[in-house]
Amino acid sequence: MKRREFIRKAAVLSAALTLGTSLTGCGAAAAASAAQSSADSTATGSSAAAGSAAAGSFRTLDEIQSSGKITIGVFSDKAPFGYVDENGAYQGYDVYFADRIGKDLGAEVEYVSLDPASRVEFLETGKVDIVLANFTVTEERAEKVDFALPYMKVALGVVSPDSAVIQDVSELDGKTLIVAKGTTAETYFEKNYPNVTLQKYDQYADAYNALLDGRGDAFSTDNTEVLAWAIANPGFTVGIDSLGDLDTIAPAVTKGNSTLLDWLNAEIVALGKENFFHADYTETLAPVYGQAADPDSLVVEGGVVE
Amino acid sequence: MQALGINVLFEGSNFLRLLGGLWVTVRISLLSVALSLPLGVAFGLFMMVPHPLAKAISRLYLDFIRIMPQLVLLFLVYFGVTRAFGLNLSAWASAVLVFTLWGTAEMGDLVRGALISIPKHQYESAEALGMSPLQTFWYVILPQTLRHLLPPAINLTTRIIKTTSLVVLIGIVEVLKVGQQVIDANRFAYPTAALWVYGTVFLLYFLVCWPISLAAKRLERNWKGA
Repeated sequence: MKRREFIRKAAVLSAALTLGTSLTGCGAAAAASAAQSSADSTATGSSAAAGSAAAGSFRTLDEIQSSGKITIGVFSDKAPFGYVDENGAYQGYDVYFADRIGKDLGAEVEYVSLDPASRVEFLETGKVDIVLANFTVTEERAEKVDFALPYMKVALGVVSPDSAVIQDVSELDGKTLIVAKGTTAETYFEKNYPNVTLQKYDQYADAYNALLDGRGDAFSTDNTEVLAWAIANPGFTVGIDSLGDLDTIAPAVTKGNSTLLDWLNAEIVALGKENFFHADYTETLAPVYGQAADPDSLVVEGGVVE
Repeated sequence: MQALGINVLFEGSNFLRLLGGLWVTVRISLLSVALSLPLGVAFGLFMMVPHPLAKAISRLYLDFIRIMPQLVLLFLVYFGVTRAFGLNLSAWASAVLVFTLWGTAEMGDLVRGALISIPKHQYESAEALGMSPLQTFWYVILPQTLRHLLPPAINLTTRIIKTTSLVVLIGIVEVLKVGQQVIDANRFAYPTAALWVYGTVFLLYFLVCWPISLAAKRLERNWKGA
């Protein structure tokens, strides 16, 4: 009896403690960001002192350059965007860009391996200076981090058998399209093309098998995904490689880190003049997507999405 | 055209990288264990203090660490401490801190259990022989406690080793993550690589944990003979 009561009390107490910790956490974060914005306005003239004092703070452009080191968060197991090759070196479309950032900043790049779920957290606590991990720009994320100009875009793609390639979305009228549940493809076709019969699967693997078996006329999901799949599966072609609402992919910095953000934006515009991201595409993505894909359906130059 | 999956292990420095990842795993876990053992013994003794405040503190600590999943603790220490206090702990320090906090709590409870399991007559007999309390503890209680303690402590050690795979979520690349990197980088060239790589990772974990339990078994047998 006594024991049980004690356990209950302990549970209540620890719950209260947890709640307390998270509340103070929020409070401190809010205070920190307030401190940052005030620091920002004063820091323009005087440099180094400002950034490092406040909680969860970021490093300004000056601090990064004078330290000679920049930490960039990338994926380490998402080929061909960010991965580690057989010699232990970071590679991929994002890394190619990150290497160039390091070179132009005159700083050595230190890579941090990120997982999708913790990307925002790493920026919010200033554990990395930049995230370059196939980071899709969304409104929800933009409230927590600052996105620079985009360097890539993703849309939907449609893959179909060589014998009956679908090259225009109008050809799908009255036909059966395979989609995976919960993807943007499902909502896009439901909303915009009610005449297309959708065949839905829970898993990607099942959806691809359905296409291989000829249970549907075509399959639609993210264009990067179908392009890579069509290369690995001869007999199928991506007839439509850019459809629907465009999502953009951009580097992100800690909210309020305006000096670094401005530098990144200027860098992306400058790189656009030398067609840098097309070179990046040729180097990293072309071997995977092959001739079938049009680089312009993925690459964004100078931060301008057409 | 598709090569045998096992070859992926010998491409470039893949195998060395896996070993390097294993070294990260071993360093974090053994450092945590080395810190947890003495701290856990101290905590176990503290749990035996018959003062209500000491009991409340140790109970709160133990329950808090037990209720929280290790992943949440890692996030609390790595991100939470930075947010709340502006203290920027490195990923390594956070990992060792969390696994030491966890190991200390569990180890303390094991020590407490082992101490309780010593029958009262052992204390009384020692006193009857004219031993001082310190002598009783050192020559009578401690040797018996250690024997009771060994199997669960080894169990805790191997649990800590295996649980360190969570540190990848705070950006530390350990053996399992290296394995996933190798699999992903060879997704197209070696579609069957996953089986071989995960098999190797399994073997590596086994090679670390097995000698520990072998040594423990041997120690146990020796003590039984003594």
